[in-house]
Amino acid sequence: MIIGAFQDGDSGGFTMGNIEALGSSAAVDTLRNSVLLAGSTALLGGVLGAVLSYLIVSLGPRSMLRRATLSVAGVLAQFGGVTLAFAWISLLGFSGLLTEVLGTWVYGSGWLYGLNGLIVVYTYFQVPLMVIVFTPALEGLRPQLREAAVNLGATPLQYWRLVGIPLLTPAFLGSVLLLFANAFAAYATAAVLVSQGNPIVPLLIRGALTSEVLLGQQNLGFALAAEMIVVVSIVMGLYALLLRRTSKWLR
Amino acid sequence: MNAGSGFRVVRAVLLALFGLYFFLPLVSMANYSVRGKGPLEGKITLHYYAELVRNEDLRSAIISSLLLAVLTVVLMVVLLVPTMIWVRLRVPGVSRLVEFLCLLPLTVPPLVIVVGISNVYTWVNYLLGDSPQVLALAYVILVLPYSYRSIDSALQAIDVTTLAEAARSLGAGWLTVITRIVMPNIVSGVAGAAFIAIALVLGEYVFASLLHYDTMPVALAEIYRSETSTAIAGAFASIVLISLLLLGLSFFNRNKAPDVGGHA
Repeated sequence: MIIGAFQDGDSGGFTMGNIEALGSSAAVDTLRNSVLLAGSTALLGGVLGAVLSYLIVSLGPRSMLRRATLSVAGVLAQFGGVTLAFAWISLLGFSGLLTEVLGTWVYGSGWLYGLNGLIVVYTYFQVPLMVIVFTPALEGLRPQLREAAVNLGATPLQYWRLVGIPLLTPAFLGSVLLLFANAFAAYATAAVLVSQGNPIVPLLIRGALTSEVLLGQQNLGFALAAEMIVVVSIVMGLYALLLRRTSKWLR
Repeated sequence: MNAGSGFRVVRAVLLALFGLYFFLPLVSMANYSVRGKGPLEGKITLHYYAELVRNEDLRSAIISSLLLAVLTVVLMVVLLVPTMIWVRLRVPGVSRLVEFLCLLPLTVPPLVIVVGISNVYTWVNYLLGDSPQVLALAYVILVLPYSYRSIDSALQAIDVTTLAEAARSLGAGWLTVITRIVMPNIVSGVAGAAFIAIALVLGEYVFASLLHYDTMPVALAEIYRSETSTAIAGAFASIVLISLLLLGLSFFNRNKAPDVGGHA
């Protein structure tokens, strides 16, 4: 595939044309959209997921609700693809449940089928994933640290500002990077949901692979896929670095 | 953790809001799939679920998805279980490498794998025909990381070496050791691996759609513009099935290793 990225579609000879095509304004726009989408859903999912994990952990280790929520999160994090797109269409689509209950302003001009819609829909599987990867870090926060801080006269706010949050920051950032990679690579939901154009990189790859107009496009698909690998490996490399720092203070 | 009454109220409200966000789409899906449209306007009906079986294309897609799931599980077990046992017993030196190879598909986006594999599949189609079942070859790679972890944790829980040595000294061949001694001891891990493999295969869309095979998700995505209700009914049915499998899996794992948050 890497070789294919440098090949000419017609002659099979060596070319930088495919890589140069990555610099075209359309490809750059697409990459920016993809990064924006992955970044915003990773942050949104990260913050909401962290809040949810805190709520779950605060229920206490033997709570039934906690076990149930974690199991459900495990299921929902896997829940993507075609079915997820359908679920949101049935809720916010033209004849969706909320649209019929609250009026057509919910549907608007079809925002669900564009980038904004993707943000809402992706967040749906990002939050549970965050809960799964972040809960162990919260559980690893030793209660002794809190007791020590309180003994020294810290208010809860001071404890969180000076002890809790600094300790959890690497774990949080690491999890957000994982969510970023997850959203950046997601394809199926967008493939079903987006009706016009190819606004994100995975859809552009589909366009290049299935193009019936231009035959040489397949090699552009290879180049785009190589671009995706580069982005994902950068993110995962940062993740591995952060992971090493996290394990020091958390049990 | 602190649990003042104010905090409890806030917590309950927030948990309820999260619950609403997560269950509303599912509820609306169930609602949409039984709500009659067109000539059935205003009625609650199971018509669209019946349509799943009545529609020729859809039925064959569902059948091939189910077959594909079974085939993937069989292939995965046949490939992975003997290899992992063998590595553990005879060549523990390469276990790191095997682990790395098995977890690799997790870091490469499936879309990228498809792009790389599309040329290979021209050959696969040429050699094995173009029934959707050949997708099982790719799906085995896809489920590898999850299956590996499940089987690995089961293997770690038992003393494979002692078991194998005892069996060998009583005259058992390697095949007997693997199928009759070790396998029965890790059956919960293998079952877990099979569950997650089925769940993944039934929902997989990227490979099937880009390599042009008609599996259930592909068929549902195809008919959704013309027969939305039927597509949503099919999607809801598959979600229920997959959720049951995954929930069953999480209970499976819990029985094996009781999870007690040590510091309470």
